[in-house]
Formats: sequence, structure tokens, C-alpha cells
Amino acid sequence: MLEVGLAHYLTLAAILFTLGIFGIFLNRKNVIIILMSIELMLLAVNINLVAFSRFLEDMTGQVFAMFVLTVAAAEAAIGLAILVVYFRNRGSIAVEDINLMKG
Amino acid sequence: MDMIYAPAVPEIVLACLAMALLMAGVFGLERGRIVSWLCVVSLAITLLLVLTGGTDRVVGLGGLFVTGAFAVYVKVLVLIGSALAIVMSLTFNEREALDRFEFPIVILFATLGMLMMVSANDLIALYLGLELQSLSLYVLAAFRRDTLRSSEAGLKYFVLGALSSGMLLYGCSLIYGFLGATGFDAIAAAVGGGDPSLGVVVGLVFLLAGLCFKVSAAPFHMWTPDVYEGAPTPVTALFSVAPKIAALALFIRVLMEPFGDLTDKWQQIIVVVAILSMAIGAFTAIVQENIKRLMAYSSIGHVGYALVGIATGTEEGVRAVLIYLAIYLFMNVGVFACILAMRQKGSAVENISDLAGFSKSRPLVAGIFAALMFSMAGIPPLAGFFGKFYVFMAAVNAGLVPLAVFGVLASVVGCYYYLRIVKVMYFDEAGEDMDRPLPSEIGVVAGLSAVVVVLFVVVPWTITDFAGGAARTLFSG
Repeated sequence: MLEVGLAHYLTLAAILFTLGIFGIFLNRKNVIIILMSIELMLLAVNINLVAFSRFLEDMTGQVFAMFVLTVAAAEAAIGLAILVVYFRNRGSIAVEDINLMKG
Repeated sequence: MDMIYAPAVPEIVLACLAMALLMAGVFGLERGRIVSWLCVVSLAITLLLVLTGGTDRVVGLGGLFVTGAFAVYVKVLVLIGSALAIVMSLTFNEREALDRFEFPIVILFATLGMLMMVSANDLIALYLGLELQSLSLYVLAAFRRDTLRSSEAGLKYFVLGALSSGMLLYGCSLIYGFLGATGFDAIAAAVGGGDPSLGVVVGLVFLLAGLCFKVSAAPFHMWTPDVYEGAPTPVTALFSVAPKIAALALFIRVLMEPFGDLTDKWQQIIVVVAILSMAIGAFTAIVQENIKRLMAYSSIGHVGYALVGIATGTEEGVRAVLIYLAIYLFMNVGVFACILAMRQKGSAVENISDLAGFSKSRPLVAGIFAALMFSMAGIPPLAGFFGKFYVFMAAVNAGLVPLAVFGVLASVVGCYYYLRIVKVMYFDEAGEDMDRPLPSEIGVVAGLSAVVVVLFVVVPWTITDFAGGAARTLFSG
């Protein structure tokens, strides 16, 4: 039987985190997908924190994970609010339409 | 565990005042101007509490929070920057129909986040302060919600800011996992002596990448020009000073306190970031036509110069950065006051070419603007020269001579676009006249900053002594 150790959790978190980053940069379609990618990154960090907390037998990591969850909720709320404001002005949330100022 | 609340009293008071003002705004007090002045008073009360709180190093709130001369110095700068940004927004917001009471209150919450960042003594406290600041700033960037420009700026800032928070957090999780602690003192103890594991170094790199985003240092600067251009001008003025000063202070604290023993690991990263920032700040600003975009590239360059001081990792370097930040605060606030004075036929103009003939229609403001531009370019005897001088001296004394030479060359290139503005104001064919009269508070802010920039050479020790004491506290313990 395969023993699931710290390295497995860290690998999973690293893969999810990378998927999140690529989701932001390679996605050319929809801003909602970017918001989902951001959530994915934060949740990957949470897996890291909880796994470390379990293997270090130290509660701090789980407390940190709780704070991250709370902030992620606030972040999603503000992100969606800004997105709604943007949609009212532009009539579209396609990534390639966000091009008024080029930088 | 015994909770010591004393060091956090200014922040607690500011939080209570901000929430009370929010309630006052919701239940009746809808005049934007009154709430704005009450917010300025709240910041003044906080400033008073910070100054009377003493400069001894005190750790409170269960080890999450620390004050000391360093925190006091930076907090004073941040509070001044935020208060001046609110004052500058008064008339602009009324003219642009933005004078809702939420505006100054969101600035108060952002300021609270910055104060928490500056005093953070734990990775959790660092993250929470940074997020409180960032979330408030996303809202401010998109505050002019009926225009596409502002909402696009808010959206871009949000996406890239959230990405950077994610990277910072991933770094925090690795540091926690490989060192087994989130407190800065515990991290310093775990790092001290011995080679750190690869996980710690990777975590530190992620943490630095996240922080570079927040200070808009070079490979992570791409959000800056768009956000500066799209956000309402008083918000841009705030962005360019208070959050940048707070994030650079956080940068210094993280590198000098918990990771002070790893200087040889992070020094090369900071050197590369500083060189890239200075180069991009100097060269890309040349082709800009919009003055707010130009100021964005200028601020990227200034962050590069500040990072030169941080890269030294010495007490002298930190002292130089702290002096630089104080001078940078007054220069930038003054420049944005001048930009807010640029109005033709009742609407704000932002192109550099619109400044033609500014010296004839408004000689005094144009004179102040020119002095600030000379200072930004680093021409002696103005304050900007001394900021750069201390930073480059620290770099030379720390053996980073090539970095200092590159910095001097970059600032020579930078002279070109600062002086171009002076040339357009004084020598170009006059176009449309600027509107009169200037709002009195804009004039006062511009005049104040000009006085500081010009008189720094006469009484430099007012800032340098304070900065020296602040830098010493980071290295004595």
C-alpha cells in the first residue's frame, strides 16, 4: 500500500498552484476563469499550510489557512463587484476586450 | 498568553474611527467634504498617537505586532501621504461628481492596512495587513465606476494584485513549512547560522516576487502604468506614495529582520530587480505622452533607486532608503498637486503637450512644478539629489560599485524626460490657457512640498537624524 506523505501533498499543491498561474496567463476567453484561477492558487496554498501543519504538529498553519480562506472570500467579493462595474461599462468580460490602455 | 495591546493603540483607534465614520456616512452625514475633513482629523489623531507612543521596540498582540523607531518613522510618512491625498481629492471629487462619503473612508481602511504591514512581526500579520491595504486600493482604482477607464484600471489591478498575493502566500507557506514558524523572531532564530534548505530559499523568492508586485519593481511592474492612467488622479497620487512607502518598509523589515542572515542569498535578486527597475523607469518613460503614465514609469525608476539601498543590506543602506522615501513622498505629492491643477475649460487634461504655456498662464504653479521636476531628476541643491546621493554612497560603501554606477547612468537618462516637461512648460508655443482659480488646498499642498524640497539642503538633519535612529533599531537586536 502506498503511504501518502508530505511530499505528495506538496506536489499536489504545487501542481494546483501552477495550474492557477497558467490559468491567468494562458486564458484568453473570460475573466471569470481568471477569478477561478486565483481561487485555485489560494486553495493550493491552503493545502500546503494544512499539510505542513499536520506534519510539523503545529497549529499555526491551520490558523493561517483559516485567515487565508476569510481573505479569499473578501477578495472574491471585491473582484466580482469590480467585474460587474466593468461589465456595465464595456458590455463584455472577454479578456481580449480589456484593452483600452495598453501596457 | 498575556496580550499586550499598547503598541497597537494607534491602529485600533484608527479602525474604530473609520468604522464610526462609515456609520455616520450611512446614517445621514452624506456631504463628502465634511467626511473627508473628519477623515483627515482621524489620520491626525492617529499620527499624534504614533508620535507619542515612544520609539522603543515593543512586541505586542501575542508576538504578531511590533513597534519601534523604524515603524514610527514609516508610519508618519504613510499617514502624511494618505492625509495629503484626501486633502487633494476634495475639489477634484466635487468637480467630477465623485464626492461620495465612502471615498475618504476607504482610504482610511487602506491606511490602516499599511500601518499593520509596517508593524507586522509575523507572516500572518504581514499577509492580513497587505490584503487590507490591497483590497481597499482595488476599490479606489475602480472608484469612478461610470467610466470604462477607471473600471478597467480596477480590474487589471485586482487580477494582478491577487496573483501577487497568491505568490506571496505560497512563499509564506513554504517558509512556514521548512522553518516551522511564522513569527519573524522565530524565523530569524531558525535561519541564523547554517545553510538554509532549498525550500526556504524558494519560499523567500516567491515572497520577494509578491512584494515586488506591490512596490511595482521591474519584472512585475506591468500593472502600474495602466492603473496610474486609469484611476482618478487623487487616487493615483495616493498610489504613488503611501502604499509604496509601506510596501518598501515591509520589504526592508522582511529582508533585514527574519532573513538578515541570508543576505548573500537575496542580495543578487534585489540587485537584478533594482537594475531592471531603474532601466525600465528611465527608458520607457521617454516615449510617454500622458503625464500620469509618465509618473508611473518615474515611480518604477524611483523604486529601483530605493532597492539599491536595500540591496546593500547594511544599516547605512536602510538609512539612505528611509531618507529617500521621505523625500520621494514630498516630491510626488507636490507633482500630483500640480497635475491636479491642470484643467482646461472645466475638465482635467493629462497630456504633456497640454502643459505648453503653463508658465505664462500660471507662473507660480509652473515654477513649483519645474522645481519638483529638477528635484526628481536629482539636480543639486534640491532634495531629490540628496536622496539619490545617500543611496549611491551606501551602495559604494557596501562594495556594490557597478550598481551605483548604473544608478547614476539611469538617473542621467531620467533627466531627459523630467527636463522635457520643464521645456514644454516654458518654451513651447502656448495653447489653451489653464483654468482659474486654483483650489486653495491644492495650492497649499504644492507650496508645502516645494518648501520641503527646496529647504531640505538647509536643514537636512531634521530627516536624516530621524532616519538614522529608525535604521539603527533594525540592526541593534
